[in-house]
Amino acid sequence: MSAPLRRAEARWAFWLLLPALAGIGIFTVLPTLGSFLLSFAQWDLLGAPKWVGLANYQDLAGDPLFYRVMLQTGVFVLLYVVFDVALALGLAIALNQKVRFQALYRTAYFMPVVTSMVAGAILWSWIFDPRTGLLNALLALFHLGPVRWLSDTHWALPSLVMVSVWKNLGYDMLLFLAGLQAVPAQQLEAASLDGANGVQRFRFVTLPMLGPTLVMVTMMATIRAFQTFDTVYLMTEGGPHRSTTIIGFWLFQNAFTYFKLGKASALAYILFAVLVALSGLQWWARRRLSHQEDA
Amino acid sequence: MRQKTWLATLVLALGALAMAAPFLLMLGTSLMTYAQTIAYPPEWWPQPATLENFRKALTETPILRYFLNSLLVAGVTVVGQVVTGSMAGFAFARLRFKGRGALFFAVLATMMVPVYINLVPLFALVSMLGWVDTYQALILPGLAGPFGIFLFRQWFLNLPTELEDAARIDGCSPWDLYWRVALPTALPAIATLAIFEFLASWNTFLWPLVVTHSDAVRTLPVGLAAFRSSMSEVTDWGLLMAATAIAVLPAIAVFVLGQRYFVRGLLEGAVKD
Repeated sequence: MSAPLRRAEARWAFWLLLPALAGIGIFTVLPTLGSFLLSFAQWDLLGAPKWVGLANYQDLAGDPLFYRVMLQTGVFVLLYVVFDVALALGLAIALNQKVRFQALYRTAYFMPVVTSMVAGAILWSWIFDPRTGLLNALLALFHLGPVRWLSDTHWALPSLVMVSVWKNLGYDMLLFLAGLQAVPAQQLEAASLDGANGVQRFRFVTLPMLGPTLVMVTMMATIRAFQTFDTVYLMTEGGPHRSTTIIGFWLFQNAFTYFKLGKASALAYILFAVLVALSGLQWWARRRLSHQEDA
Repeated sequence: MRQKTWLATLVLALGALAMAAPFLLMLGTSLMTYAQTIAYPPEWWPQPATLENFRKALTETPILRYFLNSLLVAGVTVVGQVVTGSMAGFAFARLRFKGRGALFFAVLATMMVPVYINLVPLFALVSMLGWVDTYQALILPGLAGPFGIFLFRQWFLNLPTELEDAARIDGCSPWDLYWRVALPTALPAIATLAIFEFLASWNTFLWPLVVTHSDAVRTLPVGLAAFRSSMSEVTDWGLLMAATAIAVLPAIAVFVLGQRYFVRGLLEGAVKD
């Protein structure tokens, strides 16, 4: 192709890219840089931001509540990821058997994924209602409870985990299902001809092939859990006694309740750093897994 | 083998019931009279069933306003995403220019940025422009995004080059290639992105929560949250469930109708790296 033609093509590329890149630049890249600068400043949205160096980070490092929030976030993420991944994998395995009404199940499990979390929170607040809720009615059948799900400091965080699992389970189940369907049937047959039982086939054939999917789903669930906000805001407001204040909600409070925008930005960057580190870990794990396959 | 299928069916059916229970309760309660919703011990089945709560929600509360706001914001967002995404995706897939790979990588990298990073500066930007509590604050930040670009690039990479070569020989400009040759083949990608962005916009909460505070522009999720807290003294569960159903049912309908495209879009989003 001639040079003028090539230049004309590049010019067209510029115009075709402009709307998308302008949008992403103004509304994602610019704020990301702005947030970084703000994390070194004190600002209440009214006056001019004041440069304070590392003070926001130092304040956080000296704040006992920061450690409590991080610990609670860690507990929330761990509980969520364990239950979500285990249930999603179990259901995907069940769905991968030759069961009837596959499409019906898929739709039922997927309904929460397309439902707004606000609607979900309203539905679950009602299910959690200590006096008239469905959950305590079920427990009463076994002469258990009543549990004050959202207002008991021990139960509030696990209750939020339950709602988050309900919301996203269908999505992760689908990812596992796609991974399971990629396992070649011949290998499973060969294994059973060699005398492997169902558990052994799963352990030695399916699971190694599922490795990359498992890493990916675990990773996505972790990232999602770290960013949880809606349920906390709508169902517990961080309480009772701050027992459900996890990082996303605390960040929001700092920004829009206490108007400490610098501190909120510092928190956002700490969260970002954690997520980037976890992504690095995922990349490393996937590489290791694919090397194992080669070997 | 048969035994295993039975076990799988049992697990799936119980799980599906647990997943669907909140929705069944929602529908049941939305059809109850007020007296029935406050009965103790609680009642689970509407008797008699009435549409009164839906009538009230649509005529005596701002729910219809929220619904129309959501529809407007989601509609414009979908159109914007399809236009910006298909143009940029086409450029990344079919046009040659310097720095193409690096630029595409940078676009993908923005997927990693958590919403919280941008929340504060974006709010500052929007308030500086005087856009707080306006439609443009809800719409403009969502008109372009990395997922749409990724999806269309993927689609256009698979176009046969013969088609393109023939068009080039005929003297087509890159714009004609995009508009007349590539885009008409991309209907499945358009449908995928449209459903995906519609649902994302319909359900998003945090950003509208931050930038709106009047009923005139509030979208359904924020409006619904405000509506619920407005009855914190005495909750009329029947009315609240009818309002919730009005927010939930369109999303489920869109999902069921576009399931094929939506599910594929989700899977592609997951394997983006």
